[in-house]
Amino acid sequence: MALITCKNLSLAYDSVNVAEDINFAVNKGEYVCVVGENGSGKTTLMRALLGLHKTKSGDITLGEGLKRNQIGYLPQQTPTQRDFPASVKEVVLSGFVGGMGLRPFYNKAERDRAEKVMERLELSDVQNRSYSELSGGQQQRVLLARALCATGKLLLLDEPAASLDNHIALKLYDIIEGLNKEDGIAVIMISHDVQSAVKYADKILHMGAKTVFYDKADYLASDDFKRLSAEKGAC
Amino acid sequence: MNPFELLAEYFSYPFVCYALIVGVVTSLCASLFGVTLVLKRMSFIGDGLSHVAFGALAIASVLNLTQNLLIVLPVTVICAVLLLRVGQNTKIKGDAAIAMLSVGALAFGYLLLNIFSGSANLSGDVCSTLFGSASVLTLGRNQVVLCAVLSLAVLVVFVLCYNRLFAVTFDEDFARAGGVNTAAYNMLIAVIIAVVIVLAMNLVGSLLISALVIFPAISAMRLFGSFRAVTVCSAVISVFCAASGFVISMLAATPVGATIVAVNCVVFALCSVAGKIRRS
Repeated sequence: MALITCKNLSLAYDSVNVAEDINFAVNKGEYVCVVGENGSGKTTLMRALLGLHKTKSGDITLGEGLKRNQIGYLPQQTPTQRDFPASVKEVVLSGFVGGMGLRPFYNKAERDRAEKVMERLELSDVQNRSYSELSGGQQQRVLLARALCATGKLLLLDEPAASLDNHIALKLYDIIEGLNKEDGIAVIMISHDVQSAVKYADKILHMGAKTVFYDKADYLASDDFKRLSAEKGAC
Repeated sequence: MNPFELLAEYFSYPFVCYALIVGVVTSLCASLFGVTLVLKRMSFIGDGLSHVAFGALAIASVLNLTQNLLIVLPVTVICAVLLLRVGQNTKIKGDAAIAMLSVGALAFGYLLLNIFSGSANLSGDVCSTLFGSASVLTLGRNQVVLCAVLSLAVLVVFVLCYNRLFAVTFDEDFARAGGVNTAAYNMLIAVIIAVVIVLAMNLVGSLLISALVIFPAISAMRLFGSFRAVTVCSAVISVFCAASGFVISMLAATPVGATIVAVNCVVFALCSVAGKIRRS
């Protein structure tokens, strides 16, 4: 059974339909990119998968023992976070909050895991620095580390490289690929950047007038891909 | 008499000690939740609620209630809950709703007092409700105990919810996706702020309360970059300002509330300068 399955899913925003008839499944260890033009409902879909947005109709089913609070989410940054006084460690640890039940404080196991995750993402040196002082690439790695604390199975990434310089974006993509290939964590990533989407992903969910779930090879041959990459090339 | 003898004499009266305790403890509570409030861009809620508390106090005094807390506390808490709801759902935007409620409460409070109050010194009463007064010195033992118990409850809630409050403040969506009941925590924050405001009203009066909530947090944020350091620092600043403001007001015979707020302003200025120097 797949980790997450969407069947005949329709999404609306303020009673305006944004996407209809979405069908796809993500299996253990897969890497899926969600592409499409602005306003095609990519972020809304992601929020629906997380239970933050009500679906209009259709089903989202979780499998393989995945619980909703075990999905690691990397949202787009909010303006409040830019001047928020929080150390890197505090932000990373906050990834555990959903899984603590009634326990008020983090336990030893959680602190150890946070250390490991920070080491993995090369954040150990900056763990006591303030999040707001870090560079854009470091900040995204911090949020990725927080997402990893919440999950060992599935990451949902909303344009993680949106505001990053090219080489820093590449580094981030490499890290994500590493998590996917080495640690077997499934990835669903929204991406503006079709070229890097097809470079890393196994499958592509193309959202537009019609939402289609492609294998990579099929997508590369499709009109959807040609149209989208031509548009991006133009701007 | 030198200032120390003067102070020693003042503090030999139990009601002076009570007032100091109440002042310090309520400022502490206000500052702890102030950090969250400021960071959630909700500072204005505190201000709005303090005016609501003034309106409620006017009702209480018109009704001649001796335990005015019994009416002021529930009314303010209910308004806090309403403001939060209204801010999220309806067509009236959050800040406009707060502004409407706060000036409305202020106006009706003053009207009520004007029409129904039998007091000979109406403007004096209003002034002391708005800016705090010597009434902090007339607190009875019961009120001090109530105040201490409520403050302690606020402190315990803060410590137990610390990590979740951080998560909800830093990134509400992430916390909610992780299964944290963020609506409940927002409600908790609003209710606690309402309680703190009512408690602090005796001390600084309803117009100056937001200063106790906002200043220590902002000052601490000039100096530190982690949530824990900011929280601890703002607690320390608030205690220091409340205690020193209280003492200064006794020595200089100035109004307690205004003096405490003035000390807060000075500390903020110092923190800003120190923060600039540290960064450069």
